[in-house]
Amino acid sequence: MNKVVKNADDAIKDLTDNLVIMLGGFGLCGIPENCITALVKKGSKGLTCISNNAGVDDFGIGLMLKTRQVKKMISSYVGENAEFERQLLSGELEVDLIPQGTLATRCMAAAYGMPAVWLRAGVGTEVAIGKEVRNFNGVDHLLEYAFDADFALVKAWKGDTHGNLIFRKTTRNFNMQMAMAGKITVAEVEELVPAGDLDPDQIHVPGIYVQRIFQGSNYEKRIEQRTVRKS
Amino acid sequence: MLDKIGIAKRIAKEVKDGYYVNLGIGIPTLVANYIPEGVNVTLQSENGMLGMGPFPFDGEEDADLINAGKQTITEVPGTAYFDSALSFGMIRAGKVDLTILGAMEVSENGDIANWKIPGKMVKGMGGAMDLVAAAQNIIVAMQHVNKAGESKLLPSCTLPLTGVKCVKKIVTELAVLEVVPGEGFVLLESAPGVTVEDIRKATAGKLVVKGDVPEMVID
Repeated sequence: MNKVVKNADDAIKDLTDNLVIMLGGFGLCGIPENCITALVKKGSKGLTCISNNAGVDDFGIGLMLKTRQVKKMISSYVGENAEFERQLLSGELEVDLIPQGTLATRCMAAAYGMPAVWLRAGVGTEVAIGKEVRNFNGVDHLLEYAFDADFALVKAWKGDTHGNLIFRKTTRNFNMQMAMAGKITVAEVEELVPAGDLDPDQIHVPGIYVQRIFQGSNYEKRIEQRTVRKS
Repeated sequence: MLDKIGIAKRIAKEVKDGYYVNLGIGIPTLVANYIPEGVNVTLQSENGMLGMGPFPFDGEEDADLINAGKQTITEVPGTAYFDSALSFGMIRAGKVDLTILGAMEVSENGDIANWKIPGKMVKGMGGAMDLVAAAQNIIVAMQHVNKAGESKLLPSCTLPLTGVKCVKKIVTELAVLEVVPGEGFVLLESAPGVTVEDIRKATAGKLVVKGDVPEMVID
């Protein structure tokens, strides 16, 4: 039951061209920094990336955009990234913008083994175009399908050798459902401990969902909007 | 006429004791600063937090603790964290009592457009479509006219929609208005120094005035 791999390079060694991958995080908060660095190094191309955001120009998924590794982004909000905008406007990059809750719930559907869910976000908007509509209790809903991702790359605070994961503060965001939604889930953690060292009552993602885990290193944890109050 | 802080102060009066509130980016965020003494609210941040506190003191920022605007924030006693699916689950289930957000356009039947300007801005809708589709109580905080001087209160929206028939109330620098489908923008209050005629000129959609319009009371 030991799921530990040596490092990020090892964890994504078979993440080849043209795959669909999920990347956890919200903005730059809780992104799988080590996996992204390894993916840029490996150079896999033609990737479809499911991620709430697309990083910034020089950090996060922005690094993979710069190297033209991304064919398509499926996201809810992609501001803060000039290179992204350039590639989108020039037609080099496909982008599917979907509501944030729909994005999260399509991950959840995959995690829970449900092929599709009925959601009301986007009814009457361009998001609804081409989608099946059904009325429940007087409210129209759209049929939204579970994501089908080859890999999920997530970042957790603590993890054990069985793949059990615990997140810290608002880094749980998309990491938790994505960790449970990938065909192969790779978890990088700030602190990897032997099975038995984590309190079973505190575990957010049970290890059954996680195929590979490694101790991450050199976390930058960049802050996108540093806001403070006067003391 | 109100400034942004005035708009935030007026909206703060709509917040009731015990409410769970989701605040959008911009003027809505300012509302948190003006909630009256004795009114206890819990702020929901859709990236996965209930009980959002103020910005941290310099040097106490935590990269693992941000709000939906990606700003560093703090906890308050009773804070809870959760994942994005659960966050939108509680929104969808109608547990959030009040949603306050900005808009580019609102129509007289309550449609809202605030996420896309074709050919110009394509950043995405974030959580706005989920919020407006689910919330029972939506207040829009915005300027009455855009930078080009054109009304943002329209017969029907010209920009791609975020949601349909969902806005209940609008607070602008000029007025407080209720959106009543089938009637239009019903004028509830005017800002200090603003006449009904001023508001009529700035409102492209149907403005409904019923009797005397009281002036807003801003502390």
